[in-house]
Amino acid sequence: MNAIHLDAWDLLAAAGLIVLDAALSLWLRLGVHRQILVAAVRMVAQLTIVGLVLRHVFAGASPAATLAVVVFMVGAAAREVATRPKGRLERWMNYRISAAVVACAGFATVLLALTTAVRPTPWYEPRYAIPLMGIVLGSVLNAASLALDGVLDGVVRERARIEARLALGTPLREAIGPLVRSATRRGMLPVANQMSAAGIITLPGIMTGQLLAGMDPIDAVKYQILLMFLLAGASGLASCGAALLAVRALSDERQRLRTDRLRG
Amino acid sequence: MTATSTAPARLSVRALRSRFGGPFTFDVAAGECVAIHGPSGAGKSVLLRMLADLDPHDGTALLDGLATASMPAPAWRSAVVYQAAEPAWWDDTARAHFAPAAMPAVGTLLPALGLASAVLDTPIERLSTGERQRLALVRSLARGPRVLLLDEPTAALDPDAVARVEALLGEHLGRGLAIVLVTHAEAQARRLAHRILRLEHGRLDAA
Repeated sequence: MNAIHLDAWDLLAAAGLIVLDAALSLWLRLGVHRQILVAAVRMVAQLTIVGLVLRHVFAGASPAATLAVVVFMVGAAAREVATRPKGRLERWMNYRISAAVVACAGFATVLLALTTAVRPTPWYEPRYAIPLMGIVLGSVLNAASLALDGVLDGVVRERARIEARLALGTPLREAIGPLVRSATRRGMLPVANQMSAAGIITLPGIMTGQLLAGMDPIDAVKYQILLMFLLAGASGLASCGAALLAVRALSDERQRLRTDRLRG
Repeated sequence: MTATSTAPARLSVRALRSRFGGPFTFDVAAGECVAIHGPSGAGKSVLLRMLADLDPHDGTALLDGLATASMPAPAWRSAVVYQAAEPAWWDDTARAHFAPAAMPAVGTLLPALGLASAVLDTPIERLSTGERQRLALVRSLARGPRVLLLDEPTAALDPDAVARVEALLGEHLGRGLAIVLVTHAEAQARRLAHRILRLEHGRLDAA
């Protein structure tokens, strides 16, 4: 690979575009110039810190440091999944469900990739494990939060219908089946759309990055295909897991619908 | 609080309570209709929902001597059917709400309530409130319950339809169905019920 090295002046030229955005906001009185400038500074600071941390972790290649970074990423993604839906389950169940789903879906797919397709030495090589976990968690986060919100929001809307079936002796599994299916579908659709659009409507981010870094297009495409499969698998696991665990939290051993466990 | 009957109890309710009402203790015999009335918000629907085991509660209910907890919840609820004041529909037409095996029963229940069989295939949202309410009763009876818990089953009906519903319920009482009827209509309670209980401030007393 022969990546073209970027120096500070190259970045400054592109930063001119941020100034252009701010100028547009001032000129058209959009009132977002401050927000854009703050966000740009934040982005530069966050990415610089990530770059420094990753350089350090990559150089050390220590399993403990790799695990620490991965656990931090899983925790951040789980927190995001738990807080996105409007509905909150009591006893911190949003957080418990999110942590379980994000960790299982993330680790399962990344470990599969590390031990079958990518096979770096050592298998936990941070240069591979961390970026893979990052991109997988992006999809997991999206899928799990859509599915969780689908159940928590849907169960309030559908309560009368579900209970009408329960009241006639229908088992809970059957009565709540349509809701679980629609919530799981919601979680899985984005990755299906992403796969259909890949290469035609969008050049996926990872592939673009690898092309810019000088990788052969066919190699970049192979990596992208591998990643899409991983994302699809992780989204499926995350959607199903989030929907099923949310339904479990919303029911009891007498097959009742426990919307009393849900707040706002 | 209690109203006991010497007849063998189809439904026995023993100290049933939740944080929303109770404790309630009473019996309903096979073929008996017990009406419950009382001010709005007194906990009448809370009681019916506990009887159907749809809400968590303390105390117990027994069906022919068998406690709720001794049978799977769906088995309890298909024997002790609860019909809410505003029955919900989960499919586009009424027909989709019936199992094929229930269709012969539906075929005799519809005309008894003055409904044409065409209502089965009309989209639910195009049916009148009264038609939906009568169809809900068909749906409940078609399950062949042993106890029927009815919450204001004739609130949306004209006098002719009310008479048909009462006649049909009377016929099922004659065949041994036990009914717990929550109603604001005192005249209806007097016509259908063998006993009337009054629920006020979370307590149940003979009216």
